[in-house]
Parts: sequence; C-alpha cells; structure tokens
Amino acid sequence: MTDDAIVVAVVAGHGDYAVGMLSAVEQITGRGSAFVPVSNRGKSPAELEAELAAQLDATGARVIFTDLPAGSCTMAARRLQRARPDVVLVTGANLAVLMEYLFAAISPLGTPVGGLAHTAALARAAADKARDTLSVSGG
Amino acid sequence: MGLLLHRIDDRLIHGQVVVGWGQPLGLRFIVLVDDDVAASDWEQELYRMGVPPDVEVHFLSVIDASTRIAAFHADPRPGILLVNSVDTMQRLIAAAPAIRTVNLGGVHHADGRTQRLRYVFLTPQEEQQLRALEQSGVDITAQDVPGARPIPLQDVLAGRGDG
Repeated sequence: MTDDAIVVAVVAGHGDYAVGMLSAVEQITGRGSAFVPVSNRGKSPAELEAELAAQLDATGARVIFTDLPAGSCTMAARRLQRARPDVVLVTGANLAVLMEYLFAAISPLGTPVGGLAHTAALARAAADKARDTLSVSGG
Repeated sequence: MGLLLHRIDDRLIHGQVVVGWGQPLGLRFIVLVDDDVAASDWEQELYRMGVPPDVEVHFLSVIDASTRIAAFHADPRPGILLVNSVDTMQRLIAAAPAIRTVNLGGVHHADGRTQRLRYVFLTPQEEQQLRALEQSGVDITAQDVPGARPIPLQDVLAGRGDG
C-alpha cells in the first residue's frame, strides 16, 4: 500500500465539520485523504453507527475522531466500541490532533504502524499535544 | 422553570440538546424517559458521559416518569424531558396528561417513514398518533434548535415546513 492510499482514521461530526477539517488538513499537509469524513446530517443513530462501521471496514482504520463529546457521532462511536473493542475513539478533535495523529500513525516507510495498544497510545499522545494548542490571549 | 421542553428525538442526549438547547436555557436537569435505557446500566453510562457534570440526568421508565411529572414541572431549575419516539411520548402523555406541549426535535429515516421535514420522518401510524395527541389539546410543533422557527404539526404533516 502506498503512502497516499493509507487511511489512518475516520473523522465524524456535525454538519460539514469533518469535510471542513479534512480540507484544512489537505491544504496544510496534502494528506487530507488519509482521513475519511462522516457527517451526522439527516441520519438516525442506527444509520450513523452503520456508516461508521462501514467506513472502518472499507478503510481498515481503527480510530474515530469526533467533535462534541455529547454529539450523535460520539454516541454512535461509543455504541460501535461495545461491539468492536479494537476501535479507538478521540472526542473533541481539532485540527492539531488530526495532524499530530496523521504523522504519528504513518511510518517513514509509508505503512500503518503498530497494533491496538500502539494505536491507542499514538492517539492519546496526539490528543495531549493538541490540547496544548488551545490558548487565550488578550483581554 | 421546570420542564421547558418535552422533546421527541431519536438521538436522545446529543449535541443539539446539551449544547444547542442546553446553553441558552441554562439547562440543569434532563429527564430521559425510555423503558430500555431505564433498565440498562450500560445505556445510562453512555448517555451520562455526554452530559456536563452540573446537569442532573434522570433515567426513568414511562410509568415511573408519569408519577414524577408534577415534581419535575415544579422544579425551580430549567429542564428538558426526552423520549426517542412518538409512541413513547403518546404512552407518557396517556399516563401523565399534565404534559401539554410536545417538541418534535428529530425523528429520522426508517423503513415505512415518509419525510415531512429535513429532520422529521413519520410512519402513517406515527402521524395518526400525533394527530390524536393534538386533538386532545396537546400543542405540537417541530423545532430542531432554538433559533429555528417552530413549525405547527399541521404544517409539518402538510409538507409546508421547510419552505
């Protein structure tokens, strides 16, 4: 599998959140296609869970990034985790965590790295780094 | 204060409820009425994870909720009641007729349902149940988020809602 064909995660959120985030990843890194976007728009909980499962199956990715911790995408992903304990969920995702994870999850040889524990550790490390990018100044 | 919204939403607790309605209302408690969720610790934990720690959540069966509606209506704090289906709301109101308003917040696509709004799909039976509730004096409007215009049930069923 070439580097460009690797999908490292699904990004799911409200409205055009995922498409917008991946547009930004593409602009910055040229690797927006390393993520697959999913929107909750117009979907029932069952339809959303099914789409997340289908995207994981189609891509081989095992990580889902979602926007709000209480959002319907997060709830669908948590339900999916009950049946699939090998799925890693990161909530409250921002642009920084996607890029941190992207470059951590693809080895210099262009292949996905590690098993479940390693994947979870990479996601956790990316989230820790991205959390530090939130800052407030002025006032 | 008390229950400011009696909402039918097949997603139950999610972003529109916790943030979209919760922030402007200053939400302090949620009454989630569902027989299956009330019987499942796992389901309750799932939904509780999505709620800020300062918002209280009650997980109740239809019967248990009906006996506590008066107390929830009298609560000085702002709250929202949630069910995931028209059928559950009909059963709840049959047991708790003090509920006089219903918010259609999200009933999504499923087999046998016809789209009435962007976020409302109904079976003929669900439409009949809603009409019966309205004829009994319940005020039913569709409104997904606070900034949207409330759409009367008659307009929803006539397909006049999204235009």
